[in-house]
Amino acid sequence: MATRFTLNGRAVSFDGDGAMPLLWYLRDHARLTGTKYGCGVGQCGACTVHVDGEAVRSCTTTVASIAGRAVRTIESLADGDTLHVVQQAWIEEDVPQCGYCQAGQIMAATALLERVAEPSESDIASITNLCRCGTYPRIRKAIRKAAALKRVSAEGAATALAGADETAAESAA
Amino acid sequence: MSAVLALDRRGFLKVALTAGGALLLGHDALATAEGAPANQLGPFLRIERDGTVVIGARGAEIGQGVMTSLPMLIAEELDVPWSRVRVEQLPLGLVATDAPPGVTWKYGPQGAGGSTSIPEAWKDLRVAGAEARRLLLLAAAAEWQADVAKLSTRDGTVVHPDGRTLAYGALVAKAAALPLPKDPPTLKDPKDFRIVGTRVRVADARDIVTGRARYGLDETLPGALVATVERCPYFDGELVSFDASEAKKVPGVRDVVVLPGPKAGEPYTQNLATGVAVLADDTWSALRGRRALKIEWSKGPHAAETSAALDAQADRLLAGSGHRARDDGDFDAARKSAARVVEATYRVPFVNHAPLEPQNACAHVEAERVTIVAPMQQPSGASRVAHAITGIDRMKIEVRMTRVGGGFGRRLSNDFVAEAVLLSKATGKPVKLVWTREDDMRHDWFRPYGTHQLVAALDAKGAVTGYAHRLASASKYYRRPDVKPEDQWTAEMYPDDFPARLVPNLRIEWFGIESGIARGSWRAPAHTANAFVVQSFIDEVAHAAKRDPLELRLAMLGEPRELEYAQHGGPVFDTGRLAAVLKLAAERIGWGRKPAARRGLGLACHFTFGGYAAHAVEVSVGEGGELRVERCVCAVDVGRPINPLGLEAQMMGGTIDGLSTALNLEITIDGGRVVQSNFGDYPLLRMAQAPDVEVVIVPSERDPAGAGEMGIPTLAPALCNAIFAACGVRIRRLPVRDQLREALRKA
Repeated sequence: MATRFTLNGRAVSFDGDGAMPLLWYLRDHARLTGTKYGCGVGQCGACTVHVDGEAVRSCTTTVASIAGRAVRTIESLADGDTLHVVQQAWIEEDVPQCGYCQAGQIMAATALLERVAEPSESDIASITNLCRCGTYPRIRKAIRKAAALKRVSAEGAATALAGADETAAESAA
Repeated sequence: MSAVLALDRRGFLKVALTAGGALLLGHDALATAEGAPANQLGPFLRIERDGTVVIGARGAEIGQGVMTSLPMLIAEELDVPWSRVRVEQLPLGLVATDAPPGVTWKYGPQGAGGSTSIPEAWKDLRVAGAEARRLLLLAAAAEWQADVAKLSTRDGTVVHPDGRTLAYGALVAKAAALPLPKDPPTLKDPKDFRIVGTRVRVADARDIVTGRARYGLDETLPGALVATVERCPYFDGELVSFDASEAKKVPGVRDVVVLPGPKAGEPYTQNLATGVAVLADDTWSALRGRRALKIEWSKGPHAAETSAALDAQADRLLAGSGHRARDDGDFDAARKSAARVVEATYRVPFVNHAPLEPQNACAHVEAERVTIVAPMQQPSGASRVAHAITGIDRMKIEVRMTRVGGGFGRRLSNDFVAEAVLLSKATGKPVKLVWTREDDMRHDWFRPYGTHQLVAALDAKGAVTGYAHRLASASKYYRRPDVKPEDQWTAEMYPDDFPARLVPNLRIEWFGIESGIARGSWRAPAHTANAFVVQSFIDEVAHAAKRDPLELRLAMLGEPRELEYAQHGGPVFDTGRLAAVLKLAAERIGWGRKPAARRGLGLACHFTFGGYAAHAVEVSVGEGGELRVERCVCAVDVGRPINPLGLEAQMMGGTIDGLSTALNLEITIDGGRVVQSNFGDYPLLRMAQAPDVEVVIVPSERDPAGAGEMGIPTLAPALCNAIFAACGVRIRRLPVRDQLREALRKA
């Protein structure tokens, strides 16, 4: 029986082995190689994706278990040429060295910022993704920067909305 | 006379040799090859119509930043704004020559090892950029019928004194057709640098953060089968029998093939161990098939080997006499007449490289050519091993270099390339070989284990008059085809390391431990172990002599001067430069102040492969032995910093690598096999445990050294010296792990 779910906004159906880890479905069958294999046992987080908005390690998540759910990978974060604020912050802070862990780090960070708009140091430290190159100090800076970028763009949006209300009120008067 | 050298025809190319014997790009090699695209200028540059300058990156990018820093050197001399540059990874480039071995570099050296990429590129890639700029000037001069000496360049254009300009893009075809002038071009005066020395971000960061960057594991070849190998876990064990019947029933599994390994004691020339390979349509099928194999292994000649047995072997050896690698003055006499003798024994464990991307390679062996796509540190070695296995002409072996998910010395070996080539040859199909994390943890060229005995003779004033460093280790030159057994010590001890020539009676002695485990180069080989031991011991000497650890080191380094240094990173070791980084780190951490209760400061300094580094660490130790790094300073002098942002990254990363390894990591042996299997029992440091690192870069105009390795060696001793200062517990065995908690519980 086929497993149906959505992947980066598209409906997909997979009739292979339901016990296959989602990681190998993504890499070998969907040909999305941004999600990485590092350990296969959920220890390193290089395989982190979002399932219904939550950060999940795809190497220990079977395809069968995500039936009916919404999966998002690193490839879906940017909106065309417009990078997500987390991706922008990662570049601004020059985070990557070898870069292999960074897609997973970004997916973990993005999920954190969806839950906690102003993460504390201990919120940030709750991310357990491994980085063998030791980029942790810059990851921390990038998460703080992304939170700030999000705040600025949210304030900008709120101001624009407030402005629109005032204009509407004036024209009504 | 044809103006363009045909690099794909046999012809003698002039190549320059560095003092270390590395081949650099010959000046003639900078000509544009026949048949190259019209906008190609020399081997490294394409200039697009819109002004984009595409620069070929020749190095193996393992996270040390060479994909950015090497093109920066070319862009600087070409005189284009960095914002116009797009970088592309070059494949392995070889050209045929008349001189043995019949091929040489097309792009210059492309490997990543020994922190050599920048010092080599400083010499030849600047010439490449300057030559291209000169040809563009000559082309403009011809176009304008002007005197080339009156022309200049700015922002990717050639400028005429009367204000007319010609964009590089408009000149490139003409420039590529010009004959190379016989003399080399002049290079920029460094005071005119606009790119070198500025903080430049990783060139392909956008690809990395969007998941578009391709690593070896992301690649495939058309029609490739995915292969995974169950390798014998016993050192030099053999395949007795196997049953693949269940494996072959797994949907998607196509073949099961024996992969022979080296015989016991034979030199390592290809792969590490015998295995049984499962080949399938996709990774999951291959892994399922592998799980269904039934295999019987013989335990081999090392079945009784354990970590405890190696410790015992080391202790027995150290009781005797070894190879004296250095014997200045008369150590025995100095010891006899000493006012005080300080002695300590240290143990440094095997560790795994653990790059986050496990080993992998794609290979396709055809009748007359081979294609290899892999993450490598020695692409020329991949070409050599493919030639050795297939007999196919090296010029018909294509080697494509991907971004590498961590090197650390692991990928200097091409055993995983050899495996993929062997499997493709055996099956006649393209093969995508993948290693699991368990494969990677159990099969590696591990950093050598060693037991170090240090002895210092002090006079009445507390000066060190005699010093001995005696090391029993499992040399990384074990079973290397090109190294004689009597030379195995040269991988483990560097006779000109501190404090050579600074102590009158100095002995360096080595003993070879026998072990069946494979060993190789791990980031800052030998220095990572020796600096821990020497800089911890100097601290012990300081405390015994009631001298300040900073003052003692500075006194031993003495007047700033250059001492001979014949090992890699020489030809000189500058005592003044080492003293300077040590003082800088000490100043930054506030050396001399009395820290709060249960806190301590520790220092260490070391010369690694041409770079000078020092760490100053402040730790706190809780009542129950909870260790916290409160502050961490790294001072570094690598000569002129090419990319300070990248240099900071290397020092920060090396610091955290050193910390992770010192705190938590060891590979142990039991029953002739590696015990550890994944990150659960080989726990790399996580973000919560990683301190911020303050990096201080010494400004310098000297020729640059590399930076990939010097951040590591001084962290462990600085950490352990700080621990001692905080709570009086001296760590003599790495990893630290539970030792602090146990020591304080007993106390």
